Amino acid sequence: MTSLINKSLVKSKAKNVFSSPWAALGAWIIAILWTIPTFGLLVTSIRPEKDINNSGWWTFFVNPNISFENYQQVLFEGSTTNPPLYQFFFNSLAVTLPAVIFPITLAVFAAYALAWFEFKGRDFIFFSIFALQVIPLQLTLIPLLQLFAKGLVIGDVTIIPDFNITGTYIPIWIAHTIFGLPMAIFLLHNFLRQIPRELIEAARVDGAGWFTLFSKIVLPLSVPAIASFAIFQFLWVWNDLLVGLTFGGGAKEVAPMTIRLAEMVGTRGSGWELLTAGAFVSIVVPLIVFFSLQRYFVRGLLAGSVKG
Amino acid sequence: MFTLALHAARKTPADIIAENFSLLALALLSFGAVIFLFFLLASRTSVKTQEWLKYLVFLVPSILLLVVGLIYPAIRTLILAFMDKEAETFVGFDNFVWAFTIPEITVVLANTAIWVVTAPILSTVIGLAIAYMTDRMKRPAAIKSLIFMPMAISFVGAGIIWKFVYNYQPNDNKPDIGLLSAIFKGLGLTPPNWLLEAPLNSFLLIVVMIWIQTGFAMVVLSAALKNIPDEVVEAAMLDGAAPWKRFYLVSVPMIRATIVVVLTTITIGTLKVFDIVRTMTGGNFQTNVIANEMYSQAFRQMNFGRGSALAIILFVAIIPIIIYNIRQLRLERTER
Repeated sequence: MTSLINKSLVKSKAKNVFSSPWAALGAWIIAILWTIPTFGLLVTSIRPEKDINNSGWWTFFVNPNISFENYQQVLFEGSTTNPPLYQFFFNSLAVTLPAVIFPITLAVFAAYALAWFEFKGRDFIFFSIFALQVIPLQLTLIPLLQLFAKGLVIGDVTIIPDFNITGTYIPIWIAHTIFGLPMAIFLLHNFLRQIPRELIEAARVDGAGWFTLFSKIVLPLSVPAIASFAIFQFLWVWNDLLVGLTFGGGAKEVAPMTIRLAEMVGTRGSGWELLTAGAFVSIVVPLIVFFSLQRYFVRGLLAGSVKG
Repeated sequence: MFTLALHAARKTPADIIAENFSLLALALLSFGAVIFLFFLLASRTSVKTQEWLKYLVFLVPSILLLVVGLIYPAIRTLILAFMDKEAETFVGFDNFVWAFTIPEITVVLANTAIWVVTAPILSTVIGLAIAYMTDRMKRPAAIKSLIFMPMAISFVGAGIIWKFVYNYQPNDNKPDIGLLSAIFKGLGLTPPNWLLEAPLNSFLLIVVMIWIQTGFAMVVLSAALKNIPDEVVEAAMLDGAAPWKRFYLVSVPMIRATIVVVLTTITIGTLKVFDIVRTMTGGNFQTNVIANEMYSQAFRQMNFGRGSALAIILFVAIIPIIIYNIRQLRLERTER
């Protein structure tokens, strides 16, 4: 599908001959409908608590009271049982950075090997990794969690010892890395295959080893593909709830923001002033990434996106 | 004094953040350092050593992780599905019999089926409609961005956004703060208690999924539409085909393969939906779906057997979709 994107970018505007105002109107109506719920959340989050609970957010435009008290409260005021949201914000960051960097690094390596090393079983490995994309997370959760908690012992032989890492970020990082790998390898492999063979061979003839070749030629060339996947993985990890819940061991010290928000919905179903502000804090980061890097994101999406 | 001491003993959020970020820095630095050192040393080895060393550095780590982290757990889950709660004794098909006979769980399976039928089709249809409507527009970027935006929002965030839309005001004397109730009252209707009434509530949750996935369908299908050769469109126009006819006689058949990819991708995502249900209803009021029940069985009830059986059912449901997808791709290739 990569060729599809390139073509669509270069595509002429010949089809503009017919442009119905009705179609445009219809599209605009849908776009506005699609945006109203998020807009309502944003408006609500900046209204005083009293207003939120006594009138609909749409009345804000006749009676505009702005207050940032909700943000102040949800971000900085914790309770006896729960730390303030800003701690979870940093947890999300601490979860996300390595969970993006690790799989990309490993995937570029593997994609390079699968694209340019000649060896028996290469196609088999590549197609196996491609097939692994469809394994649902759910299929691996229980055994993987046990691996982290107890290590792997078959009979009396300890294959993987218990590293005692439950309740730290490490299981979350590793889990995200594993789940992100198949798609990352697949995407990057398709990209790295497109590097002209002559370029690789010329470098080899000049005496560049496989490692020099990677760092001097392959890596610099694959930056756009890496960017595409990085955005994908970033959004995936930042927005994830299941992996964080399962592998965070319920520890508040490592729980990302999604976990805290899901918990807030459950316990205080009606505290809309805190929920809307909290939700907006959590969606503002991916929205910024999304709007500033939309082009790369779309590119990654079009390059094939079935994720486990 | 006592409270003060207690307070001092407890870590403040700032302490925790500092600790976490030290671990983060340590992890990133050591990861970077290991790779850097490996490269430094490896690039100085002889050509002959590099011939085997390259596999060890580039390929083996990923394969090892995938084998230990995906393949082994998947096989282990398959075994666990036939074992009891504590994974000690073999119980045959008991867990599957449980899943297909206990009413609470058959509801879960039925709900999942409703999700899988409605969410992918509606997202794809709406996405395709927008893609077609904007195909000839001069500046479709703003419209597309707005419809695509929910893709960047977490299911949890989307759950909160929509729970607010569906907010129900039980007290007649107080004004509505939920948009949907307000619209209903404005039309002179009595709003139901949205998220409590089955089967309405399941459909309201499905709306959230459609809201998120439509953007994906739109972007992919729009690229496919743009890829249709101009001559084909122009020929259809010269033949005097009406826009609507051109749409389903020319455009749709030409992007059929992409439509299938979009449909199957969203279907797989829908089968695994978890966060929306968990955030909005907690799976209560007959809205539960398989992925949420799998989580509750495995990590709340601590019943590994049943949790695994549900995961297997989920996987088995995905297999035919994938086979169909691969077949369509092959078909498309042979046609060319």
